[in-house]
Amino acid sequence: MSGVQVPQTPVLEVEDLRVRFQRRGEPATLAVDGVSFAVAPGETVGLVGESGCGKSVTSLATMGLLPKRGVQVSGSVRLDGQELLGAGDRTLRRLRGKDMAMVFQDPLSSLNPTVTIGVQVTEVLAAHRGMKGDAARTEAVDLLDRVGIPDPRRRLGEYPHQLSGGMRQRALIAMALACSPRLLIADEPTTALDVTIQAQILELLRDLVQGSGTALVMITHDLGVVAGLCDRVHVMYAGRIIETAERRDLFARPRHPYTGGLLHSVPRLDSGRGTPLTPIRGSARDTIPWAQGCAFAPRCDVAEDDCLVEVSGSEVELVPDGGTRELRCRHPLTPATQTAGAPS
Amino acid sequence: MSAPTAAPAAAPGGRRREKIDELAARAGALSAGAGGESLFRSAVRRLRRDPVAIIGAVIVVVFLVVAILAPFLAPRDPYAQTLLSEVRQGSIPGAREGFPLGVDQLGRDVLSRLIVGSRQSLVIGVVSTVLGAAVGMVLGILAGGLGGRVDTIVMRFVDILLSIPGLLMAISVSVLLGANQLSLMIAIAVTQVPVFARLLRGSMLVQRDSDYALAARALGVKRRKIVLGHVLPNSLSPVIVQATLSLATAIIEAAALSFLGLGDPDISRPEWGAMLASAQSVLSVRPELAVYPALCIIVVALGFTLLGESLREALDPKFRR
Amino acid sequence: MLRFIVRRLLQLIPILLGLSILLFAWLRALPGGPALAALGERATPQRIAEYNEAFGLNEPVYVQYLKFLGRAVQLDFGTSARTGQSVTSEFFLRFPGTIELTLFAMAFAIGVGIPLGYLAAKKHGGFVDNASVIGSLLGVTIPVFFLAYLLRLVFAVELGWLPGSGRQDVRIDATHITNFYVLDGLLTREWDAAWDALTHLVLPGVALGTIPLAIIVRITRAAVLDVVNEDYVRTANAKGLATTTVRNRHVVRNALLPVSTTIGLQTGLLLSGAVLTETVFAFGGVGSALRQAISDRDYALLQGFILILAVVYVLVNLLVDVSYGLLDPRVRTR
Repeated sequence: MSGVQVPQTPVLEVEDLRVRFQRRGEPATLAVDGVSFAVAPGETVGLVGESGCGKSVTSLATMGLLPKRGVQVSGSVRLDGQELLGAGDRTLRRLRGKDMAMVFQDPLSSLNPTVTIGVQVTEVLAAHRGMKGDAARTEAVDLLDRVGIPDPRRRLGEYPHQLSGGMRQRALIAMALACSPRLLIADEPTTALDVTIQAQILELLRDLVQGSGTALVMITHDLGVVAGLCDRVHVMYAGRIIETAERRDLFARPRHPYTGGLLHSVPRLDSGRGTPLTPIRGSARDTIPWAQGCAFAPRCDVAEDDCLVEVSGSEVELVPDGGTRELRCRHPLTPATQTAGAPS
Repeated sequence: MSAPTAAPAAAPGGRRREKIDELAARAGALSAGAGGESLFRSAVRRLRRDPVAIIGAVIVVVFLVVAILAPFLAPRDPYAQTLLSEVRQGSIPGAREGFPLGVDQLGRDVLSRLIVGSRQSLVIGVVSTVLGAAVGMVLGILAGGLGGRVDTIVMRFVDILLSIPGLLMAISVSVLLGANQLSLMIAIAVTQVPVFARLLRGSMLVQRDSDYALAARALGVKRRKIVLGHVLPNSLSPVIVQATLSLATAIIEAAALSFLGLGDPDISRPEWGAMLASAQSVLSVRPELAVYPALCIIVVALGFTLLGESLREALDPKFRR
Repeated sequence: MLRFIVRRLLQLIPILLGLSILLFAWLRALPGGPALAALGERATPQRIAEYNEAFGLNEPVYVQYLKFLGRAVQLDFGTSARTGQSVTSEFFLRFPGTIELTLFAMAFAIGVGIPLGYLAAKKHGGFVDNASVIGSLLGVTIPVFFLAYLLRLVFAVELGWLPGSGRQDVRIDATHITNFYVLDGLLTREWDAAWDALTHLVLPGVALGTIPLAIIVRITRAAVLDVVNEDYVRTANAKGLATTTVRNRHVVRNALLPVSTTIGLQTGLLLSGAVLTETVFAFGGVGSALRQAISDRDYALLQGFILILAVVYVLVNLLVDVSYGLLDPRVRTR
């Protein structure tokens, strides 16, 4: 079950993470169901999946940002070897923003509308680096400059609504990087932005992470983001990791039918004209509990009867799949079927 | 794009997938819930699960039943000054056999007066709310449906009405029309008019700019048909909520106007507000005489408020799960 | 910001004109019309005719309106039929008392309401929360004058802890400069007088403040619950800020935006809500004068008071809009 071999001591180790939501009067839902992965310094890891697959919950659980009430988290999350699950609120507040930071999806709603950008940047410096007054302001200007915000001195006095979408996300990234964290989690950082801005933000993240040794966890539903940025990719479905591979491997030889489906449903420049896109059937709601079989089976084109626990007698496990790969599938794609619908 | 949950078994290769599909259908049914329900039906479903709504509804139903059946429920004649002979300066007989809540300063049975008085409260609440809502809605439809200059003029008028605080407005109207029950109801209705007008206009504007209205316009549907057929019906839910809440305010405001001497001049007629107002003079002798009608007003107003609030939540898509 | 204020001031003009037309029409629509209003109920037909002639009431309506408007702009609303004093001087003699009472009521409502609403939201679903939800429902359904009588009966009549009528003990021979009795006491260094006036505010102030209290608790609670779930609060937590910083800078500051609007609106409404409370406590303010005018059919006074109160209400609302702009940069810098 444990993570894949990584060259260095990992910055982040997530082991058998489970998050259960329990609302009064409703059946409990297991949003994250035994997820394990590790991220090494300087490495960029992608968590990929459709909305509702548990990738965002995984990141919030890592940061300790899930609400306390009605949520049970179990397993282990270690940052540089320090266990975070069960750590006190004060410990977590000391670590958050300093050793681990996060960038969110919607930059407008993620910024406080009534507080200036300057205050929102300097408050991180005050909380973790004890910087105040002019020193903090100078540092803030420096940070905004580093993330490519023009005329940073003037921006300090401005409010979020006066900035463009891309600028807001840059400002949020500046806040996240204010203390050169060991770990940065980016949860769909480009989804709410214009396409042209998306590329700029991704490039910025890559530049900032490279060389600083910061481990980056990229959470996205967009394989395009993964292709440009990630070293390793974990594909999630219904709360579990279903396939893990190096980025190049994954794109060249998707093994899980779901991964294959994701790849084939993305338009590609190198596919011939007239090649139809093949969407995955159904929606993420058409799923069965893992205890009954492969959750993807109802939407899977190659599912067999033994995908069900009832027939095979055991759950589908995540098993090594050659090299550094892992796979949770009894009927993986083969070289013959991998290319179906997507000539490369 | 999205296939129905129970996809036909004709999957590629013709494999036997019935079992999988059946399991998926079952799991899907669990999570789907509110899937294709109408707004109204899902609102009713949620109301029935909401304890607040149930409490409100029970209060309102009991109130309605009592008001309608009042003449049969009242144990005594609410006008008969049966125990007047026992009333002295500074002493009013308390509860006793046959008079469970005692008598008022004119020796009349309080319980019977409360029961019969519920009718007046119901009439005042319903008439003034219906009147206020009707006029307000006409203004709202004019403003929200026609837009442009009509909208400007109507809304200016509504703003002027709103610039006089509600109680002062009610006082002015009451003074103008004289102290009687009809003028009391009109006075309360007038204070409700701008609220309904603004509300309906606001929600119609939201609906008018919505995608479905735009789509209908793009298809060449006539404006009147869009407004009356689509925009208006979809804008009504805040009006329904407001009307429920208005019933509560109307009953409270009627009591206030009664207290100011602007209620029914026939003070022998049982009415909660008038009972409460007239009990003030003997408050130090028998505070209960004020407490009983006050409690009636509070409980009934609470009932309508609770019902209105839970209705608002049930009808608000924001709260839908 | 200045342009915003100027624009709002310009928008007031049609409203004020409309108001004046409404109240002009109101007086004329009364049985007997302005003459009766000025001369009182027992005026003889002959005197009414004389009055109509003298005050140009036989002229065309629009001329009369323009004259009315001209006088209204100079704050001339005629004389009270009861006291024979000018309506305007009656108003300003009594307005300070109502302002004091309103401010006290608002201070009570805000001072108790915002912390309670915040606490309720923090302990969402807990005892304080449920109690405050129920309490705030009761607060808006209880008839104000009933509550006022109840408070007076319990705390003034039975227990005798607090004065239950008037603005100041008549035995205190206080100097009144501004007619704000508490302020007067402070200015003249008559501490007893100031304290006495303040204690006279407590019961009517609490009664008057109950509705705004209930509403402020509700709005604060709802606003905090909303804000706590905002993305920017999550961001603040993700930045590892201290809990107090998150609370003060990110939660409370944003939650207070809707609350501030409510506070302003309620302050305006209290000026008229005082009619009921002041009557119960025989508090010599604008409200008790209005109540008196209703029974006396003192129409000139009613007209003048209602018009001035409506204008004050409109101005308070303008103030609310402006202060909202100061609090919310999205409005200010637009």
